Formats: sequence, C-alpha cells, structure tokens
Amino acid sequence: MGLLDKAIAWGEKKSPWIIHFNAGACNGCDIEVVDALTPQYDLERLGILQQGSPRHADVLVCTGAVTLQTRDRLKQIYDQMSTPKFVIAVGTCACTGGIFDSCYCVTGGIDTIIPVDAYIPGCAVRPEAIIDAVSKLLASLDRKEGKRE
Amino acid sequence: MSERNDHKVVLPIGPQHPSLKEPGSFKITLDGEKVERAVVEIGYNHRGIEKACESRNYTQDLYIIERVCGICSHAHTSCFCQAFEDMAGLEVPRRAYYIRGIVGELERLHSHLLWLGVASHEIGFDTLFMYTWRDRELVLDLLAQIGGNRVNYGVNTFGGVRRDLEADLMQDILHVCDQLEEKIKYYADLATTETTLIARLKGIGVLTPEDVRHFSAVGPVARAAGILDDIRVVEPYGVYKEIPVNAVTDDHCDVYGRTLVRVKEMLESIRLIRVMIREIPEGPISVRAPRKLPAGETLRRVEAPRGENIHYIRSNGSDMPDRVRVRAPSEANWHGMSYMLEGFQLADVPIIIAAIDPCYSCTDRAVSLSSGRDEQIASWDQLRLFGIEQYKKNGIDPGSIAIRPF
Repeated sequence: MGLLDKAIAWGEKKSPWIIHFNAGACNGCDIEVVDALTPQYDLERLGILQQGSPRHADVLVCTGAVTLQTRDRLKQIYDQMSTPKFVIAVGTCACTGGIFDSCYCVTGGIDTIIPVDAYIPGCAVRPEAIIDAVSKLLASLDRKEGKRE
Repeated sequence: MSERNDHKVVLPIGPQHPSLKEPGSFKITLDGEKVERAVVEIGYNHRGIEKACESRNYTQDLYIIERVCGICSHAHTSCFCQAFEDMAGLEVPRRAYYIRGIVGELERLHSHLLWLGVASHEIGFDTLFMYTWRDRELVLDLLAQIGGNRVNYGVNTFGGVRRDLEADLMQDILHVCDQLEEKIKYYADLATTETTLIARLKGIGVLTPEDVRHFSAVGPVARAAGILDDIRVVEPYGVYKEIPVNAVTDDHCDVYGRTLVRVKEMLESIRLIRVMIREIPEGPISVRAPRKLPAGETLRRVEAPRGENIHYIRSNGSDMPDRVRVRAPSEANWHGMSYMLEGFQLADVPIIIAAIDPCYSCTDRAVSLSSGRDEQIASWDQLRLFGIEQYKKNGIDPGSIAIRPF
C-alpha cells in the first residue's frame, strides 16, 4: 500500500463525506438523514460532512424504492463518485422496495441498480440507526484495511 | 453544463441537487443574472400510489396512504379515513376527533419548523436552520411518544384513532408547547425585525391574489396573498367544528408573506393544542369499521400543513377501492412556479422554490408523452377488460371474481 493509498484510506475513515440521494422515497427517511446532521444527533462529530456533488463524496446515502425515472440517474451518480465508494441504503424501501415493491413504477431496492454496503431497515429509520450504520461501516473499513496490510 | 442559445444561457438544475432533499429538475433560461424562463420537470418520485391503492384492500391502503408523504402523513390518513367514514356512515367518537386534531396540529408545528429551517438554509442563514431543527426535535419526540414512531406515527384508523392520550402525556405536550411558544415568538420577532432576512425575502416570488386564483394555489401561498384558503375555517371538519381556528392571512403576496403566515400559524397551532387538551372529552377512541364500503363515491378535504389536501374514493361495494385520487397541496402550488420564478435573480431561485414548501413525493405524476402513435381514450370498462386479458395471459383467471356494476 503506497503512501497516497494510506492517506486516502485514513481520510475516508476519519472523515467520510456523504451525498444524499432520494431515489423515490416518501420524504420521511430523507428528513431523518438531514435530522442526523443537525444539532440533536450531529453526525458531524464523527467527521461526516454532507456534500452537494457526487464527485466529492465517499458515501452515497440513498433512500427510497428506485422509481423508473430516477433509475438511470442513480446509476449516473454512482458512476460519478470516485473510488473507493460506499453505498448505504436507508429505510425499508431502499433495502427491498418495501411497501412500494409491487408498484408499476418501482424497480425495487437500491441493490437492484448498484451494489450496497450497508442496509438500514425501518420506516422511517431513526437517526440513531443511521449513526449506528455509519459507525459500523467505518469499523468495517478498519477491518478491510487490516486485511490489505 | 450550460449551452448557448441566442446569447442566453440555459442552466439545468437537478434532479440531484444540494438545495432540496428530493429530486426535481429545472431548466432555467438566464439573461445575465435574470431568470427569463423557467421550466419545471417533476415526476422523479412517481411510484404509482393511486394504482397501488386500487389493488389492495382499504386496511392495507391506510398504510400506503400514510406513506404518500413523510412530513404530512397524518393529514393524508385523516383525509382518507374521513372519506372512508363518510361512505361507511361511521359515527366517530368525539375523543378520537380531538386526538386527531392534536396530532394534526403537532404535525403542522413540525412541518412549519422544518420549512423555516430549509428556507433559512436556502438564503444562507444556517444558524437559524440549526436552531429550528433543534426545536423540531421536541415535537418529534412527542409524536414518537404518541404513536411510537417519529415520522409515520400511524395514529389514524378507520372509525377513530389507534392510540389514546394518557393524562401525563398531555402534560408533556403542554410542557413542550410552553417551551416552543417561547422559541417561536423569538423567530416571529426575528422575522419582523431582522433586516437582512427581510431584505432577502421581500418582493420576490410575487403571486398576487389574481395570480393565486389563476394558478389555483392553496395553503400558505394563497393565505400570503390575503386569500382565506384554510379548510379548517371555510369547511370545518372533525374537531374544528367545535374549536374555531383563527385564520392567518397576510397581504405581502411574496416569500416574506409566506414566512410570516407560517410563523404565525405555528403560534395558532400551539393555541389550538392547548384548547384541545383542555376541552378533550372522555370516552372511547374508536368504533368498529366495516371491511367493505357500499358502492358510491366521496371527496373529502383536509388542511394539511402545506394547504388543501383532497382525497377521492370510489367504491364498487367490495373491500377494495375502485379508484383513489390524491390531490396533495404541493401539486396545486407547482402550477404557478414558472410564473413566480420569471423575472427574478438566479440567486433567488432556491428560496422561491422552497417558499411553496414543495413536496415532490406527494405531487409526482406520471406523464405519458405521445410518440406519434394514435392516442385513444379507453373507458373504465374497457380498461377493466384489458386488465383481465393481461391477467389471463399471465395464467391468472380473474373470472371467478364477481364485479358489481358501478
């Protein structure tokens, strides 16, 4: 592992930047994602910062059952992110399609389109669950790094 | 990202963009910094909820309707339940109406606090964003105490409510009301005295009373233009038949007016919650609801935090609705959006969009673009036959299901 790789891995672990994308959610999980970033829960204390552009982000926080309209956009956004990249599916809809699974305009969970690293079930998920998932994802990065070394 | 067109720049924004939480796309033609033309493209969140309701029974529909929108979920279920109770002829207990009212007003509080935060974020006032979202947590904790969930609380059911309010829970609600009132009064003071805030919001996104009628805008957008469009006042339902609401209107006609209306409405909501808790009667909280509805149709209106929410149910006598239509308030407010944006600066675009408190998940529709083929209009019966044919092709014979004529 080169010095640059080490620096990137360290930065990712200590300060993962997230981008939030709504692929057809009811707004409930999206609000909870923003909630997790505001004073009561304050994800920023873990070094997590929300970004506007997918090119600046390490983690794609994705909510909602994927609708036909957003399907291609979701793929595009995932492709635009620089590697290494991670995806968190927030909410039951994002995990499996949930209550909207059989709707004509819905493809299903996020993992039908892009690979997902962490699933957070719940309708709507609580901010505590989001924080738990993010910290577990960061812990798994630790383990992966251990393997690489 | 932009393309030249007669020395004008067309700026595409979205569907993924940092300013709003939901996907929506805007094509904005700019002449310098001025917005000359704005085209709104929505529909990214269309999931087909109305169709999903038609293929499930009423009890299952209640859960889907609750998930039309995560912010005004209680308003949607209230409307759907009222339409159902109308058709079934149910006599809902008074206590249930009061509990619905209290939860509805708490929802209005959290929705308006959320809006105030998002709006102040759009104008770069992030401190206020953090303040309001911190205060909003108080309301969310109460809602979690009442229904067990922070967002989709599942309080409503056909024929009443599912959760009763205990005496100490009501004390908690009153306590939070006291805390919130102090803070909201501070925001109201801020909105009327803070010069930067006023300078940023005044005179943009203008919609005069004539325009409001023309575009049929609803809710705080209409009330900010001096039009008293509050269903709780003009067509009282449930608890509002007993407890009158002091409607809030304003005559600024712009984004500033919409801010004032929302802030004052929060104070009114707190007053209503206090009155409701004082007046709440004892008694049962629900009556038994039938599984099936008699054939017929009904349309009910409810005042959601964003405006008038309309639900329509048509029944053919079975336990599944024949047609469900949801007209969420944001859908009505979108029509005037291009008009509101045109003529203002590019920097004002995010706050003008945010000022109607857009909710894409309520609104998004599927639009079928004609691709040169012959369009035909099918009647309801033809569609039904077509559906039966499709099912037969898939090996399911719906012939055994008796269809009552409507």
